[in-house]
Amino acid sequence: MFSYCVDPKTIEGLMWLSCYVTTAKHMSFYFSFLVVMGLLSLAAPLAMAFGFAGATASRSSFKIIRSLGKWYLAMIRGIPDIVFFLFIPIALDQAFEYLRHKVLCSDVTEPIRQGNDFVVCAAAKLPLNTASEWVHDIYGFSLALLAFGFVFGAFAGNVLSGAMAAVPKSQIETGEAYGFSQSQIFRRILIPQMWIYALPGLSNLWMILIKATPLLFLLGIEDIVYWAKELGGIKTGVYEYPHPDWRAWYFGVLMIFYLSLTYLSQSVLDKISTRLSQGQATMAGKAG
Amino acid sequence: MSSCFQTLSDYGLRSIGYGERLLPKADITLCEQFVLIGSGMIWNIYFALLALLLGFFFATVLALGKNSNLSLFSAPCRLFIFIFRGSPLFIQFFFAYDLFVLLPRLGFDIDLGFLVVTVETRWLTKAWLGALIVLFFNTSAYAGEIFYGALRAVPSQDLESADAFGFTGIKKFRRIIWPTMLRLAWPSYTNEAIFMFHATTLVFFTGFPAWQQKGDAIYYASYFADKTFNPFVPYPIVGFYFILLTLLIIGLFGLINRRLNKHLPTNERKRLRFNKYNLIR
Repeated sequence: MFSYCVDPKTIEGLMWLSCYVTTAKHMSFYFSFLVVMGLLSLAAPLAMAFGFAGATASRSSFKIIRSLGKWYLAMIRGIPDIVFFLFIPIALDQAFEYLRHKVLCSDVTEPIRQGNDFVVCAAAKLPLNTASEWVHDIYGFSLALLAFGFVFGAFAGNVLSGAMAAVPKSQIETGEAYGFSQSQIFRRILIPQMWIYALPGLSNLWMILIKATPLLFLLGIEDIVYWAKELGGIKTGVYEYPHPDWRAWYFGVLMIFYLSLTYLSQSVLDKISTRLSQGQATMAGKAG
Repeated sequence: MSSCFQTLSDYGLRSIGYGERLLPKADITLCEQFVLIGSGMIWNIYFALLALLLGFFFATVLALGKNSNLSLFSAPCRLFIFIFRGSPLFIQFFFAYDLFVLLPRLGFDIDLGFLVVTVETRWLTKAWLGALIVLFFNTSAYAGEIFYGALRAVPSQDLESADAFGFTGIKKFRRIIWPTMLRLAWPSYTNEAIFMFHATTLVFFTGFPAWQQKGDAIYYASYFADKTFNPFVPYPIVGFYFILLTLLIIGLFGLINRRLNKHLPTNERKRLRFNKYNLIR
């Protein structure tokens, strides 16, 4: 980066450090913080969409849809989220390749599962073997994003269905008395009123979403955990910048990053909650 | 069927080092997956049970400390709770492991009277102690915050009655404050216990090595998913075991909840309804 960094073995102290923290690998490390923020900003709306669908389905008048929705919301309570993070990307990957194989290579008669192998024709591979590196990266990230959306959608669904149940019955009955249809009641009465009940749960959800982002590492993404392990490990003399085991330092930095992120989020969320409870007939609303 | 009994005796205790040494490699049967993943559950239960038992007491101390008027007590408790609740458990594991690795390798002899135990610092780099400590601190912080909230919610009339009856100090705390605090905190604490069991699945994905392939349920599940390239069998098996465990916890904590609410008139008793409370840590 700097001109004096050409031969790092000859320099010392702060100059050495300034060269060390600006190597190409460190730039990838800094970029991975942006990946975390990107994941957060994409996973949150996706989870809300999944959650809204789940909560609505669990109130459906069709028995099959209702039980599907209820299963989706209930399952996250019994099974650790890590199971889903490991299961969903590989399951989705195989499902996509299976479908593409059936459509694109209908002439191949051999079974796809051969013993311990999963064999699809070359044209059905996702991404294609010929695809460039960044396509593989984007594909992996999208699968991870879907896993996050699915898991946190179930959490959000629990919050939203709780909030829908908390809207006073008399409001719904008033709608019925005015001759609103079920979908009108849903859109004009239930949805606008549920947000204040959902807010504490959704704030909490945002905090656990932040704290779940390092799990990207489990999905084989080169995220901040990957780079902290990679950069912090012992570097012998054959490396340009030899140093002892610095992993504790790198993970210390990650601890500070997450602590400041949650601290910042908490103070913003507290402000929003104070703002929204103004004028509400609750203890928080009257205190202000 | 008899071969499945054979598998059970071969792999039933594999996760703690008894039985067959080599894990199944080819022609993996459903029975082998069930047995080995079940064997791994021993570790999940070990971690969660010990962390919760120890954490329960430490959490009470943290809650009382955070509630203290002296900043000498409240500041460190606040900081502890903030650090462990504000950062991801996954990063805490990595950070703690890498710190423990840096410790000098020492051994201390501790004389228990009837035998001498050598406590070694390298135990900290093993999952059974190092990961347990992280989980213990983590659950203490979460439960501490729950207990603190409940402590603040103890009705002031209860405290006034205690004063009127001449209860002071330890006696007031043990007979009046603590039972009410527990009763108020219990639904959230049940939730925390469930999440603690779920959190144990992270241990062997962090720095802590699964020595001689002695791992937990999800360690074996991901082993099978890698070997058979079929995620649709091992992961649902893990899910099945954890659903059973979750139901067991709810049942057990429900019994305790009944006891905590015993003195209340029946219409005020709160039943532990699992779908009603906030399920999120």
